Parts: sequence; C-alpha cells; structure tokens
Amino acid sequence: MTLAEGVQIVSFGILAVMVIGSALGVVLLSNIVYSAFLLGGVFISIAGLYVLLNAEFVAAAQVLIYVGAINVLILFAIMLVNKREDFSRIPRRWIRQGATAVVCFGLFALLGTMILITPWSLDPTSPAVIENAIVEIGKHFFSDFLLPFELASVLLLMAMVGAIILARRDIIPEAAIARDRETVSTSLTLPERPREIASIGSSSAKEQ
Amino acid sequence: MQLQYCLILAAALFCIGIYGLITSRNAVRVLMSIELMLNAVNLNLMGFSNFLDPSAIKGQIFTIFVITVAAAEAAVGLAIILAIYRNRETVDMEQFNLLKW
Repeated sequence: MTLAEGVQIVSFGILAVMVIGSALGVVLLSNIVYSAFLLGGVFISIAGLYVLLNAEFVAAAQVLIYVGAINVLILFAIMLVNKREDFSRIPRRWIRQGATAVVCFGLFALLGTMILITPWSLDPTSPAVIENAIVEIGKHFFSDFLLPFELASVLLLMAMVGAIILARRDIIPEAAIARDRETVSTSLTLPERPREIASIGSSSAKEQ
Repeated sequence: MQLQYCLILAAALFCIGIYGLITSRNAVRVLMSIELMLNAVNLNLMGFSNFLDPSAIKGQIFTIFVITVAAAEAAVGLAIILAIYRNRETVDMEQFNLLKW
C-alpha cells in the first residue's frame, strides 16, 4: 500500500474495532439473523485488513467466497431451520459461560504475552512489496503448489457430493419406489421419500 | 502498522470464536464461530506473509487454501445440521445426545 503510516494506523484501528465489535455481536446476540448479518460485517472488515496487508487478490476472494457464498449459505440454513423455539433453561448455565469466558480470556492473555515478548526478526525498513501479486500467486499455484491445487478441486467435488447426499430426504425401499414409479418422470430423479410421506413425521413443525 | 497488532487482533478474534463455539446453543451459531476462528487463522497467515515473507507470498497461497476448505466445511456442516434438524426437530446443541451415552 502506498498510504502514509498514520493513515494505515487509523485504518487498521477502525477495521479492528469493526472486526471485534461484529464478532462479539455474532457470539452474544440472541437473534441469530442479526448474528448472520454481523458475520458478513466481520468478513468484509477482514477483507479491508487484507487490502491493508498488500493482498488485493485474497481480499477479493474473501469477499466473493465468504460474503457471497458462505454467508448466503448460512442465511439459507437459518431460514430452513428457523423454528422459533425457546431453549429449555439449564440450571447453573452461567457457571459454564463464566468458566469459558475465563478460559478464553486467559488464552488471549497467553497469546498476547507471547506475541509481545517474542523478538520478531523484522528488518526495520518497510517491506519491499512485490509489484503484481496475482502473477506471483499464479506461478505458485502452477509450480510448487500444483498438487494441493488439484486436491482442492477434488475436495470441493467431494464436499458437494457429500452435502447433496446428507441434505437429501431419506431413501425409501424398492417396493415403494415401484409403487410410485408413475409419478417419477425422469430417469435422473433420485429415489427419495415423497413429500406427503416425509411430512407425516414433521406435521408438528408444520402446524405452528 | 506492525506485525504485533495483526497477531493480537487475530488472537482476540480466535478467542471470541472459541467462546462462541463452546457456549452457543444454536447449531448454526456454532458453525459461525468456526468461521470466525478460520478467519483469525487467515489473518495470522496474511500478517506473516506480508511482514516476514514479502517477496514469495506463500502465506497468501495458504490463505486461499484455507478459504477453500472453509467453503467445503460450511457446505457439509450445514447439510449435517439440516439432516439433524429433520430427525430431531430442534437445533439445540444440548439435545443432540445421540452419541453421548
């Protein structure tokens, strides 16, 4: 970045406050829809931090993948499972939350101390930023990171197949499929429980 | 703008993610906390890439791989939550005790 030092500090401060505030909102708010939108705020603020750290391509990928795909996916999941339920009270739950808060704060203190006392071997001059980061990333992807790059595509394919298999409705036995064969039109239709059968078990959810 | 600020911010984000992961009772919020923790790790990687390895930016490569794995994890995790919700009619983490006893 060709910004002055003070501008970088101020931008970093604003983005850090946005990240921490939105993350606390994600964790602490009781309405989960607000949490999902605040999560989008966290992702966009982190993309801004990436721009400050001289990584424009990763910032664009962050906005596209996290905000555009993962956050929308989470919102769809919230809409699909949005049965408004009041969780049953658990006695002495505040002890659990307090203990977790103490442990998390202790971990943060430990990490902060470690970060501050470690002598990072930085050269005092400003880091020499390479001119075109995208070209460098492409060179890495097709030379020394070629195998992980291909494995990532296989992993995405496996995740897609797994998500479809998991989120599909239950498979019914062959006899019921043969009985309902006239309703199944194309050969590409997956054998799954028809809607009226599937909705018998979940009729209580439909009523409210 | 120093390396330490970046690392401390990432540590704070990671600890918030751990707190949400343990204490939240909605299963979707648990997934959101996992995403927060992955973002904290990404921020660490980007900080090291910018300040310690500015010529061969391998931290950015690792960040892109982490983003890829996070996308796959979110898809599979939300599918699992949908399957559990279809069976148990709830998203309360305290009632997911199929493998508990």
